[in-house]
Amino acid sequence: MAAYAITLDEDRLEEWVELFAEDCDYRVVTRENVEQGLPNVLMWCDNKDMLRDRVESYRHVNVYNPHYDRHVLGPLHFTAAKDGLCAFEQSYSLFQTSLEGESRLFSVGRYRVEALIDGNQAVLKSVTVIADTGQVPSLLATPI
Amino acid sequence: MPADVAWPRKDYSRVPFWLHHDEDLYALEMERIFRGPAWSYLCLEAELPKPCDYRSTWVGDTPVIVSRAKDGAIHAFVNRCSHRGAMIVRELRGNAERLVCLYHRWCYSNAGELTGLPFRKGLKGEGGMPEDFDMQAVSPQRLRVTNCHGMLFGTFSESAEPLEAYLGEFGVGMIQRFLARPIRILGYSRQRIAGNWKLYAENLRDTYHASLLHEFFVTYGVDRATQKGGVKMDARHRHNMNHAYAASDSDEDAKTAYADTATRLDRMRLRDQKLLKFHDEFPDGMNLAAPTFFPNALLIQINNTLGTRQIRPKGPGAHEVFQTLFGYADDDAAMTRHRLISANLVGPAGFVSMEDGEAIEAVQKATRSSPEGCAVIEMGGRGPVADQAHRVTEAPIRGFWSYWAELMGVEPVGGIR
Repeated sequence: MAAYAITLDEDRLEEWVELFAEDCDYRVVTRENVEQGLPNVLMWCDNKDMLRDRVESYRHVNVYNPHYDRHVLGPLHFTAAKDGLCAFEQSYSLFQTSLEGESRLFSVGRYRVEALIDGNQAVLKSVTVIADTGQVPSLLATPI
Repeated sequence: MPADVAWPRKDYSRVPFWLHHDEDLYALEMERIFRGPAWSYLCLEAELPKPCDYRSTWVGDTPVIVSRAKDGAIHAFVNRCSHRGAMIVRELRGNAERLVCLYHRWCYSNAGELTGLPFRKGLKGEGGMPEDFDMQAVSPQRLRVTNCHGMLFGTFSESAEPLEAYLGEFGVGMIQRFLARPIRILGYSRQRIAGNWKLYAENLRDTYHASLLHEFFVTYGVDRATQKGGVKMDARHRHNMNHAYAASDSDEDAKTAYADTATRLDRMRLRDQKLLKFHDEFPDGMNLAAPTFFPNALLIQINNTLGTRQIRPKGPGAHEVFQTLFGYADDDAAMTRHRLISANLVGPAGFVSMEDGEAIEAVQKATRSSPEGCAVIEMGGRGPVADQAHRVTEAPIRGFWSYWAELMGVEPVGGIR
Protein backbone atom coordinates (compact mmCIF):
# COMPACT_ATOMS: atom_id res chain seq x y z
CA MET A 1 0.00 0.00 0.00
CA ALA A 2 3.02 2.25 0.30
CA ALA A 3 3.44 2.09 -3.48
CA TYR A 4 -0.29 2.71 -3.82
CA ALA A 5 -0.09 5.90 -1.77
CA ILE A 6 3.16 7.16 -3.29
CA THR A 7 2.05 6.75 -6.90
CA LEU A 8 -1.16 8.66 -6.15
CA ASP A 9 0.59 11.36 -4.13
CA GLU A 10 3.14 11.90 -6.89
CA ASP A 11 0.48 11.95 -9.59
CA ARG A 12 1.91 8.83 -11.21
CA LEU A 13 -1.58 7.58 -11.96
CA GLU A 14 -0.49 5.31 -14.81
CA GLU A 15 1.87 3.49 -12.43
CA TRP A 16 -0.90 3.30 -9.83
CA VAL A 17 -3.07 1.47 -12.38
CA GLU A 18 -0.26 -1.06 -12.89
CA LEU A 19 -0.56 -2.15 -9.26
CA PHE A 20 -3.90 -3.77 -10.14
CA ALA A 21 -4.72 -7.14 -11.73
CA GLU A 22 -6.50 -7.15 -15.13
CA ASP A 23 -9.71 -8.45 -13.54
CA CYS A 24 -9.57 -6.06 -10.64
CA ASP A 25 -12.36 -4.20 -8.92
CA TYR A 26 -11.84 -0.67 -7.63
CA ARG A 27 -14.63 1.29 -6.07
CA VAL A 28 -15.22 4.28 -3.88
CA VAL A 29 -18.28 4.06 -1.68
CA THR A 30 -19.40 6.00 1.36
CA ARG A 31 -20.00 4.74 4.85
CA GLU A 32 -23.46 6.32 4.78
CA ASN A 33 -24.49 3.98 1.95
CA VAL A 34 -22.68 0.92 3.27
CA GLU A 35 -24.38 1.20 6.65
CA GLN A 36 -27.78 1.30 4.97
CA GLY A 37 -26.93 -1.62 2.71
CA LEU A 38 -27.20 0.59 -0.36
CA PRO A 39 -25.02 -0.24 -3.36
CA ASN A 40 -24.37 3.28 -4.68
CA VAL A 41 -20.83 4.06 -5.79
CA LEU A 42 -19.00 7.32 -6.29
CA MET A 43 -16.60 5.55 -8.61
CA TRP A 44 -16.55 1.97 -9.86
CA CYS A 45 -14.09 0.32 -12.21
CA ASP A 46 -14.78 -3.41 -12.51
CA ASN A 47 -11.65 -4.16 -14.56
CA LYS A 48 -8.27 -2.63 -15.29
CA ASP A 49 -9.40 -1.13 -18.61
CA MET A 50 -11.91 1.02 -16.76
CA LEU A 51 -9.10 2.23 -14.51
CA ARG A 52 -7.01 3.04 -17.59
CA ASP A 53 -10.00 4.89 -19.07
CA ARG A 54 -10.39 6.98 -15.91
CA VAL A 55 -6.76 7.94 -15.87
CA GLU A 56 -6.70 8.74 -19.57
CA SER A 57 -9.80 10.87 -19.16
CA TYR A 58 -8.15 12.78 -16.32
CA ARG A 59 -5.09 13.37 -18.42
CA HIS A 60 -6.86 14.59 -21.53
CA VAL A 61 -10.53 15.28 -20.97
CA ASN A 62 -11.72 16.09 -17.46
CA VAL A 63 -11.01 19.38 -15.74
CA TYR A 64 -10.51 19.37 -12.00
CA ASN A 65 -8.88 21.36 -9.26
CA PRO A 66 -5.09 21.40 -9.55
CA HIS A 67 -3.85 20.01 -6.24
CA TYR A 68 -1.38 17.79 -4.43
CA ASP A 69 -2.59 14.66 -2.65
CA ARG A 70 -1.06 13.24 0.52
CA HIS A 71 -2.19 9.88 1.88
CA VAL A 72 -1.49 9.03 5.51
CA LEU A 73 -2.08 5.33 6.13
CA GLY A 74 -2.92 3.50 9.34
CA PRO A 75 -1.77 0.01 10.31
CA LEU A 76 -2.76 -3.00 8.18
CA HIS A 77 -5.33 -5.27 9.72
CA PHE A 78 -5.28 -8.72 8.08
CA THR A 79 -8.70 -10.29 7.86
CA ALA A 80 -8.08 -13.44 5.77
CA ALA A 81 -5.44 -15.24 3.75
CA LYS A 82 -6.02 -18.18 1.41
CA ASP A 83 -4.17 -19.55 -1.62
CA GLY A 84 -1.96 -16.50 -1.91
CA LEU A 85 -4.96 -14.17 -1.72
CA CYS A 86 -4.61 -11.89 1.22
CA ALA A 87 -7.41 -9.69 2.59
CA PHE A 88 -6.79 -6.70 4.81
CA GLU A 89 -8.23 -3.41 5.93
CA GLN A 90 -6.40 -0.17 6.54
CA SER A 91 -7.56 3.30 7.47
CA TYR A 92 -6.44 6.35 5.53
CA SER A 93 -6.48 10.10 5.69
CA LEU A 94 -6.15 11.99 2.47
CA PHE A 95 -5.10 15.62 2.57
CA GLN A 96 -5.32 17.91 -0.41
CA THR A 97 -3.12 20.93 -0.87
CA SER A 98 -3.84 23.66 -3.39
CA LEU A 99 -1.17 25.14 -5.61
CA GLU A 100 -1.10 28.10 -3.22
CA GLY A 101 -0.15 25.76 -0.41
CA GLU A 102 -3.48 25.65 1.43
CA SER A 103 -4.07 22.17 2.88
CA ARG A 104 -7.32 20.57 3.91
CA LEU A 105 -8.48 17.16 5.02
CA PHE A 106 -10.12 15.85 1.88
CA SER A 107 -11.24 12.38 2.90
CA VAL A 108 -10.92 9.96 5.76
CA GLY A 109 -11.99 6.32 5.76
CA ARG A 110 -10.70 2.84 5.23
CA TYR A 111 -9.57 0.54 2.48
CA ARG A 112 -10.86 -3.00 2.18
CA VAL A 113 -8.32 -4.78 0.01
CA GLU A 114 -7.73 -8.18 -1.57
CA ALA A 115 -4.24 -8.68 -2.92
CA LEU A 116 -2.53 -11.61 -4.63
CA ILE A 117 0.80 -12.17 -2.97
CA ASP A 118 3.52 -13.86 -5.02
CA GLY A 119 6.92 -13.74 -3.33
CA ASN A 120 7.75 -10.08 -2.83
CA GLN A 121 5.15 -8.96 -5.35
CA ALA A 122 1.60 -7.98 -4.52
CA VAL A 123 -1.08 -7.45 -7.16
CA LEU A 124 -4.28 -5.69 -6.17
CA LYS A 125 -7.33 -7.74 -6.92
CA SER A 126 -9.89 -5.53 -5.28
CA VAL A 127 -9.81 -2.22 -3.48
CA THR A 128 -12.94 -0.80 -1.92
CA VAL A 129 -12.55 2.66 -0.48
CA ILE A 130 -15.15 3.16 2.24
CA ALA A 131 -15.10 6.89 2.86
CA ASP A 132 -16.37 8.25 6.15
CA THR A 133 -16.24 11.61 4.40
CA GLY A 134 -19.51 11.26 2.54
CA GLN A 135 -19.69 14.96 1.80
CA VAL A 136 -17.09 15.29 -0.93
CA PRO A 137 -15.40 18.70 -0.75
CA SER A 138 -15.60 20.38 -4.17
CA LEU A 139 -15.21 17.26 -6.30
CA LEU A 140 -13.56 13.85 -6.43
CA ALA A 141 -11.24 13.32 -9.36
CA THR A 142 -7.93 11.68 -8.56
CA PRO A 143 -8.50 8.31 -6.86
CA ILE A 144 -8.45 7.89 -3.11
CA MET B 1 -35.34 44.27 5.71
CA PRO B 2 -35.97 45.39 2.14
CA ALA B 3 -33.43 44.38 -0.47
CA ASP B 4 -32.46 46.72 -3.21
CA VAL B 5 -31.09 45.31 -6.43
CA ALA B 6 -30.14 47.68 -9.22
CA TRP B 7 -30.67 45.48 -12.27
CA PRO B 8 -28.77 46.93 -15.22
CA ARG B 9 -31.29 45.34 -17.58
CA LYS B 10 -34.94 44.39 -17.32
CA ASP B 11 -34.40 41.03 -19.02
CA TYR B 12 -31.83 39.80 -16.46
CA SER B 13 -29.12 39.55 -19.10
CA ARG B 14 -26.87 41.19 -16.51
CA VAL B 15 -26.76 39.66 -13.01
CA PRO B 16 -24.79 41.49 -10.31
CA PHE B 17 -22.05 39.42 -8.71
CA TRP B 18 -22.78 40.68 -5.21
CA LEU B 19 -25.97 38.58 -5.15
CA HIS B 20 -23.73 35.56 -4.52
CA HIS B 21 -21.88 37.05 -1.57
CA ASP B 22 -24.19 39.07 0.63
CA GLU B 23 -25.12 37.73 4.09
CA ASP B 24 -28.24 39.86 4.51
CA LEU B 25 -29.51 38.93 1.08
CA TYR B 26 -28.95 35.25 1.88
CA ALA B 27 -31.03 35.58 5.07
CA LEU B 28 -33.76 37.22 3.03
CA GLU B 29 -33.68 34.39 0.47
CA MET B 30 -34.22 31.88 3.25
CA GLU B 31 -37.26 33.85 4.40
CA ARG B 32 -38.85 34.89 1.12
CA ILE B 33 -38.05 31.86 -1.04
CA PHE B 34 -37.40 28.78 1.10
CA ARG B 35 -39.79 29.76 3.91
CA GLY B 36 -41.96 31.63 1.41
CA PRO B 37 -44.33 30.53 -1.35
CA ALA B 38 -41.89 28.27 -3.23
CA TRP B 39 -42.34 24.49 -3.11
CA SER B 40 -39.13 22.74 -2.12
CA TYR B 41 -38.26 19.13 -2.90
CA LEU B 42 -38.09 17.13 0.35
CA CYS B 43 -37.33 13.50 -0.55
CA LEU B 44 -38.83 10.57 -2.42
CA GLU B 45 -41.85 8.70 -1.13
CA ALA B 46 -39.91 5.46 -1.65
CA GLU B 47 -37.58 6.56 1.15
CA LEU B 48 -40.46 6.28 3.62
CA PRO B 49 -41.88 2.86 2.75
CA LYS B 50 -43.26 1.90 6.17
CA PRO B 51 -45.51 3.60 8.71
CA CYS B 52 -43.45 5.56 11.28
CA ASP B 53 -40.47 5.90 8.91
CA TYR B 54 -38.85 9.30 9.09
CA ARG B 55 -36.02 11.07 7.37
CA SER B 56 -34.27 14.36 7.97
CA THR B 57 -33.87 16.83 5.17
CA TRP B 58 -33.37 20.55 4.61
CA VAL B 59 -35.54 23.27 3.18
CA GLY B 60 -33.09 26.06 2.55
CA ASP B 61 -31.14 26.08 5.79
CA THR B 62 -34.08 24.93 7.92
CA PRO B 63 -33.77 21.34 9.19
CA VAL B 64 -36.97 19.43 8.43
CA ILE B 65 -38.31 15.98 9.35
CA VAL B 66 -40.39 14.15 6.76
CA SER B 67 -42.32 11.27 8.23
CA ARG B 68 -45.01 8.77 7.49
CA ALA B 69 -47.67 8.46 10.19
CA LYS B 70 -49.33 5.19 11.19
CA ASP B 71 -52.21 5.90 8.84
CA GLY B 72 -49.78 6.26 5.93
CA ALA B 73 -50.12 10.03 5.62
CA ILE B 74 -46.92 11.97 5.03
CA HIS B 75 -46.04 14.94 7.18
CA ALA B 76 -43.18 17.42 7.30
CA PHE B 77 -42.28 19.74 10.14
CA VAL B 78 -39.34 21.73 11.39
CA ASN B 79 -36.74 19.63 13.16
CA ARG B 80 -36.45 21.95 16.12
CA CYS B 81 -37.78 21.24 19.59
CA SER B 82 -40.52 23.58 20.78
CA HIS B 83 -38.88 23.80 24.16
CA ARG B 84 -35.36 25.10 23.77
CA GLY B 85 -34.74 24.66 20.10
CA ALA B 86 -32.61 21.51 19.93
CA MET B 87 -32.78 19.32 16.85
CA ILE B 88 -35.44 16.73 17.70
CA VAL B 89 -33.98 14.10 15.41
CA ARG B 90 -30.23 13.90 14.92
CA GLU B 91 -30.20 10.69 12.89
CA LEU B 92 -30.54 10.85 9.12
CA ARG B 93 -33.39 8.35 9.16
CA GLY B 94 -35.23 5.89 11.31
CA ASN B 95 -38.51 4.35 12.32
CA ALA B 96 -40.19 5.41 15.54
CA GLU B 97 -43.70 5.85 16.85
CA ARG B 98 -42.64 8.88 18.82
CA LEU B 99 -39.82 11.31 18.17
CA VAL B 100 -38.16 12.37 21.39
CA CYS B 101 -35.87 15.36 21.84
CA LEU B 102 -32.69 14.36 23.69
CA TYR B 103 -32.50 17.47 25.85
CA HIS B 104 -35.60 17.25 28.08
CA ARG B 105 -37.38 14.37 26.35
CA TRP B 106 -40.21 16.32 24.87
CA CYS B 107 -42.21 13.96 22.65
CA TYR B 108 -43.60 14.46 19.19
CA SER B 109 -45.99 12.43 17.06
CA ASN B 110 -45.20 11.43 13.47
CA ALA B 111 -47.29 14.39 12.43
CA GLY B 112 -45.04 16.77 14.37
CA GLU B 113 -47.44 17.50 17.23
CA LEU B 114 -46.03 17.95 20.69
CA THR B 115 -47.73 15.14 22.59
CA GLY B 116 -46.06 15.05 25.95
CA LEU B 117 -43.28 16.33 28.15
CA PRO B 118 -41.78 15.01 31.38
CA PHE B 119 -42.86 16.52 34.73
CA ARG B 120 -45.61 18.48 33.07
CA LYS B 121 -47.64 18.33 36.28
CA GLY B 122 -44.56 18.63 38.46
CA LEU B 123 -43.53 16.28 41.27
CA LYS B 124 -45.51 15.90 44.47
CA GLY B 125 -47.45 19.01 43.66
CA GLU B 126 -44.38 21.11 43.07
CA GLY B 127 -43.06 22.64 39.87
CA GLY B 128 -44.31 21.61 36.44
CA MET B 129 -45.78 23.61 33.62
CA PRO B 130 -48.58 26.14 34.13
CA GLU B 131 -52.08 24.60 34.03
CA ASP B 132 -52.96 26.41 30.83
CA PHE B 133 -49.85 25.38 28.90
CA ASP B 134 -51.05 24.60 25.38
CA MET B 135 -48.93 21.91 23.70
CA GLN B 136 -50.71 22.35 20.39
CA ALA B 137 -49.91 26.04 20.26
CA VAL B 138 -46.16 25.51 20.52
CA SER B 139 -45.82 22.50 18.20
CA PRO B 140 -43.10 22.84 15.56
CA GLN B 141 -44.03 24.62 12.39
CA ARG B 142 -45.53 22.25 9.86
CA LEU B 143 -45.08 22.34 6.11
CA ARG B 144 -47.77 21.69 3.57
CA VAL B 145 -46.73 18.51 1.81
CA THR B 146 -47.80 17.31 -1.61
CA ASN B 147 -46.82 14.02 -3.18
CA CYS B 148 -46.34 14.32 -6.91
CA HIS B 149 -46.12 10.77 -8.30
CA GLY B 150 -43.71 9.79 -5.53
CA MET B 151 -41.67 12.98 -5.33
CA LEU B 152 -42.46 14.87 -2.12
CA PHE B 153 -42.55 18.65 -2.02
CA GLY B 154 -43.22 20.98 0.89
CA THR B 155 -43.87 24.64 1.49
CA PHE B 156 -44.14 26.77 4.62
CA SER B 157 -46.63 29.06 2.95
CA GLU B 158 -50.37 28.64 3.49
CA SER B 159 -51.00 30.85 0.49
CA ALA B 160 -48.68 29.10 -1.97
CA GLU B 161 -50.48 27.94 -5.10
CA PRO B 162 -51.17 24.16 -5.31
CA LEU B 163 -48.08 22.14 -6.25
CA GLU B 164 -49.56 21.00 -9.58
CA ALA B 165 -50.07 24.62 -10.62
CA TYR B 166 -46.60 25.54 -9.34
CA LEU B 167 -44.87 22.80 -11.33
CA GLY B 168 -47.14 23.27 -14.31
CA GLU B 169 -48.05 20.61 -16.82
CA PHE B 170 -44.40 20.53 -17.82
CA GLY B 171 -43.11 19.77 -14.34
CA VAL B 172 -45.74 17.22 -13.39
CA GLY B 173 -45.26 15.49 -16.75
CA MET B 174 -41.53 15.17 -16.24
CA ILE B 175 -41.89 13.75 -12.74
CA GLN B 176 -44.38 11.24 -14.12
CA ARG B 177 -41.88 10.30 -16.82
CA PHE B 178 -39.16 9.49 -14.29
CA LEU B 179 -41.39 7.87 -11.69
CA ALA B 180 -43.81 5.98 -13.92
CA ARG B 181 -42.77 2.68 -12.32
CA PRO B 182 -42.07 1.85 -8.66
CA ILE B 183 -38.48 2.76 -7.84
CA ARG B 184 -35.73 1.31 -5.72
CA ILE B 185 -33.27 3.61 -3.96
CA LEU B 186 -29.66 2.79 -4.90
CA GLY B 187 -28.04 5.27 -2.56
CA TYR B 188 -26.79 8.76 -1.94
CA SER B 189 -23.91 11.04 -2.70
CA ARG B 190 -23.06 14.44 -1.33
CA GLN B 191 -20.88 17.18 -2.68
CA ARG B 192 -20.06 20.37 -0.82
CA ILE B 193 -19.31 23.19 -3.19
CA ALA B 194 -17.76 26.45 -1.97
CA GLY B 195 -20.09 28.63 -3.99
CA ASN B 196 -23.47 30.29 -3.65
CA TRP B 197 -26.48 27.99 -4.16
CA LYS B 198 -27.76 30.12 -7.04
CA LEU B 199 -24.63 29.36 -9.04
CA TYR B 200 -25.67 25.72 -8.95
CA ALA B 201 -29.25 26.65 -9.86
CA GLU B 202 -27.86 28.60 -12.83
CA ASN B 203 -25.65 25.69 -13.82
CA LEU B 204 -28.69 23.42 -14.03
CA ARG B 205 -30.38 25.87 -16.40
CA ASP B 206 -27.34 26.31 -18.60
CA THR B 207 -27.32 23.82 -21.44
CA TYR B 208 -24.61 25.86 -23.15
CA HIS B 209 -21.92 24.77 -20.69
CA ALA B 210 -22.62 21.05 -20.81
CA SER B 211 -20.64 20.06 -23.88
CA LEU B 212 -17.91 22.67 -23.28
CA LEU B 213 -17.09 22.32 -19.58
CA HIS B 214 -17.81 18.60 -19.56
CA GLU B 215 -15.57 17.65 -22.43
CA PHE B 216 -16.17 13.99 -21.69
CA PHE B 217 -19.65 14.37 -23.17
CA VAL B 218 -18.30 15.34 -26.56
CA THR B 219 -15.06 13.39 -26.63
CA TYR B 220 -16.81 10.11 -26.06
CA GLY B 221 -20.01 11.03 -27.86
CA VAL B 222 -22.39 10.94 -24.87
CA ASP B 223 -23.83 14.32 -25.67
CA ARG B 224 -23.06 17.05 -28.16
CA ALA B 225 -24.75 20.37 -28.73
CA THR B 226 -25.38 19.18 -32.29
CA GLN B 227 -27.77 16.48 -31.04
CA LYS B 228 -31.44 17.29 -31.24
CA GLY B 229 -32.65 18.73 -27.99
CA GLY B 230 -33.22 22.04 -26.30
CA VAL B 231 -34.67 23.80 -23.30
CA LYS B 232 -38.25 23.65 -22.10
CA MET B 233 -39.74 25.73 -19.31
CA ASP B 234 -42.97 26.15 -17.41
CA ALA B 235 -45.12 29.15 -18.26
CA ARG B 236 -43.51 31.26 -15.51
CA HIS B 237 -39.97 30.25 -16.62
CA ARG B 238 -38.96 29.23 -13.11
CA HIS B 239 -38.43 25.55 -13.90
CA ASN B 240 -36.47 24.23 -16.84
CA MET B 241 -35.45 21.10 -18.62
CA ASN B 242 -32.32 20.61 -20.65
CA HIS B 243 -32.66 17.54 -22.84
CA ALA B 244 -31.20 15.72 -25.80
CA TYR B 245 -32.21 12.83 -28.00
CA ALA B 246 -29.89 9.87 -28.38
CA ALA B 247 -28.07 9.43 -31.71
CA SER B 248 -29.76 12.40 -33.36
CA ASP B 249 -26.72 14.07 -34.98
CA SER B 250 -23.90 12.98 -37.26
CA ASP B 251 -20.18 12.93 -36.57
CA GLU B 252 -19.70 15.39 -39.45
CA ASP B 253 -22.05 17.94 -37.86
CA ALA B 254 -20.18 17.63 -34.60
CA LYS B 255 -16.74 18.01 -36.18
CA THR B 256 -17.75 21.22 -37.92
CA ALA B 257 -19.43 22.64 -34.81
CA TYR B 258 -16.55 21.98 -32.45
CA ALA B 259 -13.79 22.95 -34.93
CA ASP B 260 -13.06 26.19 -33.08
CA THR B 261 -12.84 24.65 -29.60
CA ALA B 262 -10.08 22.64 -28.05
CA THR B 263 -12.46 19.70 -27.80
CA ARG B 264 -11.08 16.40 -28.97
CA LEU B 265 -13.43 14.49 -31.22
CA ASP B 266 -12.87 10.86 -32.13
CA ARG B 267 -9.22 10.93 -31.11
CA MET B 268 -10.01 8.90 -28.07
CA ARG B 269 -12.09 5.89 -27.36
CA LEU B 270 -12.90 4.21 -24.08
CA ARG B 271 -11.34 0.78 -23.74
CA ASP B 272 -14.40 -0.38 -21.88
CA GLN B 273 -17.44 0.83 -23.76
CA LYS B 274 -20.00 -0.47 -21.31
CA LEU B 275 -19.81 2.80 -19.43
CA LEU B 276 -21.58 4.48 -22.34
CA LYS B 277 -24.16 1.81 -23.06
CA PHE B 278 -27.68 3.16 -23.20
CA HIS B 279 -30.78 1.02 -22.91
CA ASP B 280 -33.59 3.14 -24.26
CA GLU B 281 -36.18 2.77 -21.51
CA PHE B 282 -38.38 5.81 -22.04
CA PRO B 283 -40.90 6.20 -24.86
CA ASP B 284 -39.51 9.64 -25.78
CA GLY B 285 -36.03 8.44 -26.79
CA MET B 286 -34.17 10.99 -24.67
CA ASN B 287 -30.80 9.87 -23.29
CA LEU B 288 -30.28 13.07 -21.39
CA ALA B 289 -33.00 14.81 -19.43
CA ALA B 290 -32.52 17.20 -16.55
CA PRO B 291 -35.73 18.83 -15.38
CA THR B 292 -34.98 21.27 -12.62
CA PHE B 293 -37.53 22.78 -10.27
CA PHE B 294 -37.23 26.11 -8.51
CA PRO B 295 -35.69 26.50 -5.99
CA ASN B 296 -33.89 23.32 -4.96
CA ALA B 297 -34.59 20.27 -7.11
CA LEU B 298 -33.36 18.38 -10.11
CA LEU B 299 -34.34 15.11 -11.70
CA ILE B 300 -31.49 13.73 -13.74
CA GLN B 301 -31.17 11.10 -16.42
CA ILE B 302 -27.85 10.53 -18.10
CA ASN B 303 -28.22 7.38 -20.16
CA ASN B 304 -29.53 4.90 -17.57
CA THR B 305 -28.43 6.72 -14.46
CA LEU B 306 -31.45 8.18 -12.73
CA GLY B 307 -31.58 10.38 -9.70
CA THR B 308 -32.71 13.46 -7.89
CA ARG B 309 -30.56 16.25 -6.59
CA GLN B 310 -31.45 18.60 -3.78
CA ILE B 311 -29.61 21.87 -3.31
CA ARG B 312 -28.96 22.62 0.36
CA PRO B 313 -27.72 26.18 0.87
CA LYS B 314 -25.06 26.49 3.59
CA GLY B 315 -24.60 30.24 3.89
CA PRO B 316 -23.91 32.61 0.98
CA GLY B 317 -20.59 30.96 0.15
CA ALA B 318 -21.43 27.24 0.13
CA HIS B 319 -24.03 24.62 -0.65
CA GLU B 320 -24.38 20.88 -0.56
CA VAL B 321 -25.64 18.92 -3.53
CA PHE B 322 -27.43 15.87 -2.15
CA GLN B 323 -27.99 13.27 -4.84
CA THR B 324 -30.29 10.27 -4.54
CA LEU B 325 -29.78 7.58 -7.17
CA PHE B 326 -32.54 5.16 -8.00
CA GLY B 327 -33.48 2.37 -10.35
CA TYR B 328 -36.79 0.62 -10.83
CA ALA B 329 -38.13 -2.02 -8.48
CA ASP B 330 -38.35 -4.52 -11.33
CA ASP B 331 -34.73 -4.06 -12.48
CA ASP B 332 -32.86 -7.35 -12.58
CA ALA B 333 -29.35 -7.70 -11.15
CA ALA B 334 -27.73 -6.94 -14.52
CA MET B 335 -29.72 -3.72 -14.91
CA THR B 336 -28.88 -2.59 -11.38
CA ARG B 337 -25.21 -3.24 -12.12
CA HIS B 338 -25.49 -1.30 -15.36
CA ARG B 339 -27.05 1.66 -13.56
CA LEU B 340 -24.26 1.61 -10.97
CA ILE B 341 -21.56 1.44 -13.64
CA SER B 342 -23.30 4.35 -15.39
CA ALA B 343 -23.18 6.18 -12.05
CA ASN B 344 -19.51 6.82 -12.90
CA LEU B 345 -20.91 9.57 -15.12
CA VAL B 346 -22.70 11.54 -12.39
CA GLY B 347 -22.14 12.70 -8.83
CA PRO B 348 -19.10 14.30 -7.20
CA ALA B 349 -16.73 12.02 -9.14
CA GLY B 350 -18.85 11.87 -12.28
CA PHE B 351 -17.14 12.07 -15.65
CA VAL B 352 -19.74 14.59 -16.79
CA SER B 353 -20.41 16.39 -13.53
CA MET B 354 -17.21 16.76 -11.52
CA GLU B 355 -16.29 19.97 -13.33
CA ASP B 356 -19.39 21.80 -12.07
CA GLY B 357 -17.91 22.01 -8.57
CA GLU B 358 -14.70 23.47 -9.92
CA ALA B 359 -16.42 25.97 -12.24
CA ILE B 360 -18.75 27.23 -9.50
CA GLU B 361 -15.90 27.63 -7.01
CA ALA B 362 -13.92 29.51 -9.65
CA VAL B 363 -16.84 31.95 -10.06
CA GLN B 364 -17.31 32.37 -6.31
CA LYS B 365 -13.60 33.08 -5.79
CA ALA B 366 -13.24 35.61 -8.57
CA THR B 367 -16.50 37.54 -8.13
CA ARG B 368 -16.07 38.34 -4.43
CA SER B 369 -13.85 41.28 -5.18
CA SER B 370 -16.18 42.70 -7.80
CA PRO B 371 -19.48 43.59 -6.14
CA GLU B 372 -20.24 46.08 -8.89
CA GLY B 373 -19.52 43.56 -11.67
CA CYS B 374 -22.16 41.55 -13.51
CA ALA B 375 -22.49 38.21 -15.27
CA VAL B 376 -23.31 38.48 -18.98
CA ILE B 377 -26.21 36.22 -19.94
CA GLU B 378 -27.00 36.72 -23.60
CA MET B 379 -26.38 33.33 -25.20
CA GLY B 380 -29.63 32.43 -26.93
CA GLY B 381 -30.71 36.06 -27.12
CA ARG B 382 -31.98 38.98 -25.03
CA GLY B 383 -35.51 40.10 -24.20
CA PRO B 384 -38.37 37.72 -23.44
CA VAL B 385 -37.54 34.23 -22.24
CA ALA B 386 -38.92 31.33 -24.30
CA ASP B 387 -38.43 27.63 -24.96
CA GLN B 388 -35.80 26.85 -27.56
CA ALA B 389 -35.32 23.82 -29.78
CA HIS B 390 -31.55 24.13 -29.70
CA ARG B 391 -28.92 24.00 -27.04
CA VAL B 392 -26.77 27.06 -27.54
CA THR B 393 -28.73 29.05 -25.02
CA GLU B 394 -28.75 30.12 -21.42
CA ALA B 395 -32.15 31.81 -21.53
CA PRO B 396 -33.54 29.64 -18.68
CA ILE B 397 -31.01 31.30 -16.36
CA ARG B 398 -32.78 34.59 -17.03
CA GLY B 399 -36.07 32.83 -16.27
CA PHE B 400 -34.66 31.72 -12.93
CA TRP B 401 -33.60 35.25 -12.02
CA SER B 402 -36.95 36.72 -13.01
CA TYR B 403 -38.79 34.44 -10.57
CA TRP B 404 -36.12 34.87 -7.91
CA ALA B 405 -36.57 38.66 -8.23
CA GLU B 406 -40.36 38.30 -8.00
CA LEU B 407 -40.21 36.30 -4.77
CA MET B 408 -37.53 38.55 -3.29
CA GLY B 409 -39.61 41.63 -4.15
CA VAL B 410 -36.81 43.16 -6.21
CA GLU B 411 -38.12 43.06 -9.77
CA PRO B 412 -37.11 46.04 -11.88
CA VAL B 413 -39.94 48.20 -13.19
CA GLY B 414 -41.04 46.51 -16.43
CA GLY B 415 -38.97 43.41 -15.67
CA ILE B 416 -39.68 40.42 -17.88
CA ARG B 417 -41.29 37.31 -16.38
